[in-house]
Amino acid sequence: MNQDIFVLIEHMGGQVADISYMMLAAGQAISEAAGGRVLAVLLAHQAQGLASNLAADQILYIDHPSVADYTPDAYQHALANLIHERTPRLVLFGDTSIGAEIAGQLSARLGLPLVSYCRSVRASDGVLQFVSQVCGGKIMVEGELPAPTALVTMIPGVYKPESGHSTHPPEIVSLDLQALEKSCITLKGYIEPETSDVDISKQDLLVAVGRGIQNQENIAMAQDLANVLGGVVCSSRPVVDQGWLPSTRLVGKSGRRVKPKIYLALGISGAPEHVEAITGSQTIIAVNTDPAAPIFDVAQYGAEVDVLELLPVLTAAVQNVKV
Amino acid sequence: MNIIVLAKLVPDLVEELTIDDQGIALDPTWMRLKLNEFDDYAIEQAILMKERSGAHVTVMVPDVDGSDDVLYTAAAKGADCLVKLCGKFDQGVNNHALARAFAAVLRSRLPDLVLTGVQAHNDLDGPLGALLAGFLDLPYIGYVSGVKNEDGKVLVRKEYPGGLIAEMEVAPPVVLGIQVAEWPLSYVAFSKIRQAMKTNPIDNLQAPDLDPSGGPQVVRMSKPEIGEHATMISGNVDEVAARLLEIFQKLGVL
Repeated sequence: MNQDIFVLIEHMGGQVADISYMMLAAGQAISEAAGGRVLAVLLAHQAQGLASNLAADQILYIDHPSVADYTPDAYQHALANLIHERTPRLVLFGDTSIGAEIAGQLSARLGLPLVSYCRSVRASDGVLQFVSQVCGGKIMVEGELPAPTALVTMIPGVYKPESGHSTHPPEIVSLDLQALEKSCITLKGYIEPETSDVDISKQDLLVAVGRGIQNQENIAMAQDLANVLGGVVCSSRPVVDQGWLPSTRLVGKSGRRVKPKIYLALGISGAPEHVEAITGSQTIIAVNTDPAAPIFDVAQYGAEVDVLELLPVLTAAVQNVKV
Repeated sequence: MNIIVLAKLVPDLVEELTIDDQGIALDPTWMRLKLNEFDDYAIEQAILMKERSGAHVTVMVPDVDGSDDVLYTAAAKGADCLVKLCGKFDQGVNNHALARAFAAVLRSRLPDLVLTGVQAHNDLDGPLGALLAGFLDLPYIGYVSGVKNEDGKVLVRKEYPGGLIAEMEVAPPVVLGIQVAEWPLSYVAFSKIRQAMKTNPIDNLQAPDLDPSGGPQVVRMSKPEIGEHATMISGNVDEVAARLLEIFQKLGVL
């Protein structure tokens, strides 16, 4: 049985995404335990240079105009053919706006099993086992990855992206692609994010609000605290989805990764999609009335008090010290 | 334009989750279900498109505890048709089974757009919308934050991390995984929901036998082991504020 591990490389604007390095690190760890080669699958056009520092035994490089930019149908078509021809043991995707949708469609079309929200894969007596984290991080699920081929979407946390980098350019195998006869989806263009707002990824102190802030008016209290501390207000996804803060202030998988000296998480539960974006913070202080909130597992300090009661008191206390 | 929204109910994470005696599934005994938040946005997006351009909106949910409430609330917001998919859903099914069941029903009545939430927190075997698109052999775009109907084609805004958006054009029929609607979730007065219960019938459709193949075989389910945990500050709000002040001073903020 083929033990090779495919890793779909995600890239945008000439940069390989961090999640891809994390998955290469995962592939290396699985390969060490279970055997098989790590084969990075790179779909691009005239961009072979993207492969230069990927920690893989081989790069399977498909160069074609139809995959110059990501569209779901072109990527799916290319990967379906490749997986069908080579029957790898595993295909690793990032749990991202690219990986998750490709993996889901391929699972249905090719009849291959799919495991999502996977944190790690281990080998035991020749059997590959997965550990996934679901229900907002509150439940762990373990099981076997069926042979001969299983698809896996991975979340950050266990494998370090640094281990997915290589200083030795890997062997590149160029493959032909029979293009889609008729592509259903056309990329019309990109809309870049607003740059006029403050860049939260460069701030030393962030006052982050979540559902616990309850409404838009209460964000002013968080702003008052940020003002006296010399920080910036940001938020988790629910606050932005409600339109209470602009998307430029979103911290999370679909927003910005931040690494401040202090991250004050107010009324934020700590779902994996948010936590993965704050792990670079030096000190996380979490305030939440739910003692079981996952945020307390990643914070250095925590308090189980009501954010709305704490904010004015804390702001006044800081102001008194500064006077 | 004909739009069908597929929604599912998921365990409410505000409540304590418990694992059954076999240790391989959640114990449903005291588990409360609520509408998947992203499916709520899918319903909202569909209603917005109806208001904008007169689309016909059908909302379809599997028959579990709370599904009637979801349907009547959707009707109160403006959904035209309500469908409950009947089958053994109360035992907990994976997305492969649910997607196959929806696909079997939709094959004979393909709409222009199928909207569903881009993900749910219990999607152990992948996102429902992507699986459904695969079973129906339809195109799929996920992480959608905007949908426009233009000259017979659909223009979709797809989100990437960091705020980058890609605009993609696709000819219907298409399945879209909604990340967020173009406007915030609307509040519906209970009186309107009560009115919908009187005036909006629910069509019951029988699902085929559920086929979960493609989803993983769970060997063990558990609560995460707590490695490191925060140093907790006890006391009332004044005491917590005082201790935080000391921490800020120690970290050099003040």
